Amino acid sequence: MSFPKRLIEPVLAPDGVLTREEAQDLIARAIRFSKADAIRIHLQSTRESNIRFAANQISTAGTSATTSIRIQSVFGKRKASVVTNSRTDEGLRRAVEQAEALARLAPEDPEYLGELGPQQYVAVPAWFESTAAVSAEDRAKAALAALAPARAARDLTVAGFLVTTARATAIGNSAGLFAWHRSTDANYTLTARTLDGTGSGWAGTTANDWAALDVSGVAQRAIDKARASRNPVALEPGRYTVILEPDATSDLVPLMAGALQARAAEEGRSAFAKAGGGTKVGERIVDERVSLVSDPADPLILGTPFDAEGMPLGRQQWIEGGVLRQLAYPRYWASRQGKAPTGGANTLRLDGGTQSLDELIAATARGILVTHCWYIRAVDQRTLVYTGLTRDGTFLIENGKVARPIKNFRFNESPLFMLNNVEAIGRPVRTAGGDAMPPIRVRDFSFTSLSDAV
Amino acid sequence: MTTRRTFLKTGSAAAVTAAVIGPRGLPASAPRPQTRGLYTDPATRELMMEALDAARRAGATWADVRISRNRANSIQTRERQVTDVVDADTIGCGVRVLVDGCWGFAATEALTRPGVGTAAQEAVAVARANRVAQDRRVTLAQAPAHKDVTWKSAYEIDPFTVPVEQKADLLLRANAEALRAPNVRFVNSGLSFVKEERNYANTDGSVITQDYVRSWVTLACTAVGNGDFATRGPEVVQPAGRGWEYVLEADIVTNARIWGEEAAEKLKAKSVEVGRYDLILHPSQLFLTIHETIGHATELDRAMGYEANLAGTSFISPPEQVLGALKLGPAFMNVIGNRSERGALSTIGYDDDGVQPQDFHIVKDGVFVDYQTTREQAPWLEWWYTKQGRPVQSHGCSYAQSWADVQFQRMPNVSLQPGDRDLSWNDLIAATDRGIAMIGRASYSIDQQRYNGQFGAQVCYEIRNGRITGQVKDVAYQMRSPEFWNSLDMLGGRSSYMHGGTFNDGKGQPGQSNAVSHGCPPARFRNQNVINTGRA
Repeated sequence: MSFPKRLIEPVLAPDGVLTREEAQDLIARAIRFSKADAIRIHLQSTRESNIRFAANQISTAGTSATTSIRIQSVFGKRKASVVTNSRTDEGLRRAVEQAEALARLAPEDPEYLGELGPQQYVAVPAWFESTAAVSAEDRAKAALAALAPARAARDLTVAGFLVTTARATAIGNSAGLFAWHRSTDANYTLTARTLDGTGSGWAGTTANDWAALDVSGVAQRAIDKARASRNPVALEPGRYTVILEPDATSDLVPLMAGALQARAAEEGRSAFAKAGGGTKVGERIVDERVSLVSDPADPLILGTPFDAEGMPLGRQQWIEGGVLRQLAYPRYWASRQGKAPTGGANTLRLDGGTQSLDELIAATARGILVTHCWYIRAVDQRTLVYTGLTRDGTFLIENGKVARPIKNFRFNESPLFMLNNVEAIGRPVRTAGGDAMPPIRVRDFSFTSLSDAV
Repeated sequence: MTTRRTFLKTGSAAAVTAAVIGPRGLPASAPRPQTRGLYTDPATRELMMEALDAARRAGATWADVRISRNRANSIQTRERQVTDVVDADTIGCGVRVLVDGCWGFAATEALTRPGVGTAAQEAVAVARANRVAQDRRVTLAQAPAHKDVTWKSAYEIDPFTVPVEQKADLLLRANAEALRAPNVRFVNSGLSFVKEERNYANTDGSVITQDYVRSWVTLACTAVGNGDFATRGPEVVQPAGRGWEYVLEADIVTNARIWGEEAAEKLKAKSVEVGRYDLILHPSQLFLTIHETIGHATELDRAMGYEANLAGTSFISPPEQVLGALKLGPAFMNVIGNRSERGALSTIGYDDDGVQPQDFHIVKDGVFVDYQTTREQAPWLEWWYTKQGRPVQSHGCSYAQSWADVQFQRMPNVSLQPGDRDLSWNDLIAATDRGIAMIGRASYSIDQQRYNGQFGAQVCYEIRNGRITGQVKDVAYQMRSPEFWNSLDMLGGRSSYMHGGTFNDGKGQPGQSNAVSHGCPPARFRNQNVINTGRA
């Protein structure tokens, strides 16, 4: 075996995550070891603890504390990165030397712009002691909120996953930049299935604050959906009016994020490239009620206020009034095109209405309610057509009420077509996936085949 | 601890020939490589023994420990420049325990006696905490202890010894060739390598050290013109459990020009007419359909509901109704689960339960006969193995992506066996009147019980009267797994058998990635539903 020596590994704080001072010290040590023209250190310190259960049983549970230290060394425009998890002097020195050895041999990267100097960042209050302090006993008790009713009911089986994460992210470089952010997260998803195999219901939630995580509410929603979805009937595939619950909207709308990259659009290979050259910026691309924004400081999102280079991330309005307002410019492409760098279309918020899901359903004469989607893959990047399936609670709505469960469908649909066919938009909520998405009602949603999967 | 040690190289691999779509796998029947001189480092062994002792002292009735070094190297390019060079190297320890039939796990980066001891205690504490929510005990199938054994994967040249400039030069020369094709304006290419030194010990007495390498070449060429674009790639060469020699055999510089020309032809190809076609699926495309419809559907944890909250369950369930009863395909269809095919991605000497895997039939003569299992899962099928007169033993499918992750059931190589007659790709085309031949994985999606799948390809050719008439685009087949496999009517022979594979197959919560290959010959499926995915 060939492990480096690490007999004097520094001990972590009790919550298992590096403090600001520890991160600063680690970055300063790496910079001291550097002989390169420039060095950047991207550090993540994570403690993740989880419990998993299925078939009404605890299956696996555990906890891990990990460090990821990515060191990029640069000579001129030659650069390379090394990732290590060693926080000792010896480990850091070894990683810096390896990054320098690789960088010296790497071909020049003409797109390297040098390191950013010191920056100002928005403070995002995403750390909650309540979450950092969650114990294995707390997680087991939370699992019981679903396990106990399922075992008692005798017609249900539940499978769920609860994970609590505490993380610190820091970036520093030889030009004097230092960025630090820490966050906690608790994420819980649950699938309840009826023992006759004909019903399945899913619910999920996420919160930075453990105290705000409604595990009982998730259990109730998933169990109710499982029972309500028993013995689904088959409808013919075709175009339907569809109500997407927020988690289903969250499965589809963020698929646009990649196409929002300016470079691909300006190179003529994205859905936002215009035939004959140029991009669709300034054109109305979706329904005029739609607004799409990335903002790490959004209280519904609480994201990281900088990117992997340490560039501050502010509010970016991608779509306003249905018009494509801007595309995403990383530093190099921004400098080449004479634009301001933006950061990527990261965590997204879709706005456009204030109705609740129940109000959307009540106003629907006939439509299909989708809980969430599964196995979504790109089919055609020219049009952003994706395929995927509905899952864990698909219902026919008639006369403003959930009328009966229906079999799952495969769709071939584009979020662009879908947001052009919007009939109503609800109020955004934080989804299990972390985006802020509303329930929406759209017409002519394209279901292309039936699935027998429950 | 000890200094860096160079592992001994094994004998030469069988020569392989580069094909347009990528190199073939090594002969499946070749023996496993053996090594001498690879053994568990004394300091690592001492830490593993300390972790097991600490677990027992804290109250564990069974425990295992993994200390591994996980290395990854990647270089990415576009057109005439390198965009990223990354070398990752992490080391740590994961301890798994059983306390009163309850699992607990903890992982640490602190490779000291107190560090691994604390992790063991934490794993025991997690297991104890879970007892309040447990009402069934985990029991493990018996497995013989493997004491001081070693294994090395089928690589000859360690890719981590190849200088970065040599890797960059190869990619940039390939990019230049691709850019010579008409209308090809963009090329992205990359090399990715993984090397793991995996140490394992358990309280049964196993002490195992394994040296594992895998390699992947990607190249995507995009032709642009007339307000449209078309891409060939990026999976043009199948990833493999081999080393740098494999990358060289793929001959990507020569082949890049062909891939570029295929992208250019695709840009101008006619859009497919929807309808029913006989499909001839190349192994580079078919492997993924095998993976999705048979590979995932025959994981016992899925069939029993253990993945219901994410990856899903399975149409091949419940076990008592389908084992030995479900006719999955024609009588000449045989599918084998194995971790033994040389150069395949899931090939390993010992799994993460300490089990030495044996090959097993999943589908025999068209009938479903067995699931993929771990030591925890094999006893769930005791009734079936007893009925068959077979021992209750794990098929060796336990895997964790790193020391920081807990092991669970992951896929072995699940391989469709070639037909008796030595038919080739061209023989299948010549025997087809109206069909489409599909090469390379592209868009793929399947439901959570593995019934309804939709699969595209990178390159599709229309077949009329036994001949290829040219490319068609916007092709995908939509199928239902049981009917699809029962429509199989022709199989290529042994010499057309090759591996397709994926570097990153996701499953589990928290999500873990594994790498797996699927051997198969080209095969023909009658009268399949083809849709047109272009809606520009």
